[in-house]
Amino acid sequence: MLSFTIIVILLVMLVALARAFTGPNVFDRVLAANLFGTKTVLLIAAISYLLGSPDYLDIAVIYALINYISVIGVLRVTEIRRERRQAGAE
Amino acid sequence: MSTLWLWASDACLLIGSFLLLTGALGFLRFPDFYARIHACGVTETLATGFVLLGLLLRSDDAMPQVKLVLILLFVLFSSPTASHALAKAAWNAGVRPRDNSGKRRVSLPHTDP
Repeated sequence: MLSFTIIVILLVMLVALARAFTGPNVFDRVLAANLFGTKTVLLIAAISYLLGSPDYLDIAVIYALINYISVIGVLRVTEIRRERRQAGAE
Repeated sequence: MSTLWLWASDACLLIGSFLLLTGALGFLRFPDFYARIHACGVTETLATGFVLLGLLLRSDDAMPQVKLVLILLFVLFSSPTASHALAKAAWNAGVRPRDNSGKRRVSLPHTDP
């Protein structure tokens, strides 16, 4: 059952990449990156249990933290770009 | 590991995989951006919760269980916040909700540009 879950997680990551390529605007790509990141966390946790050595979970914890920060960082960029454009427009 | 625990862990993993698949399908096929945020949110909170619960039932010593609970708590707190920040940034950038055919814009109740 664990390997079935890993296959499903890889499939979902592929779907996220597909939507990242076809996504009309930049926020679809940020959403796909966010989905990809959380699924990587699940993948690391599931694989560490498949191999029977559950000490890889530290990597999963750190990856969850970094994934969250990267999403907020990218959104900050779009916000700053919009403010600068509005400041330039006035 | 008695078979009851393994059976419960497999059931949780199965439910988690099913939610992952339905959420991913929604994320792929929804025409509207805000509907896609919802589909992605389903996979991030509920499916992650079930998969990590399945792994939790499968682990026997304490340290991995603590780490799994930490991951679960952090993801449950951070993914709604990330989705909210994403929706706010998209709204400020001018992305407006569309109807379910994805072409025309939905008329919003209050007068908003």
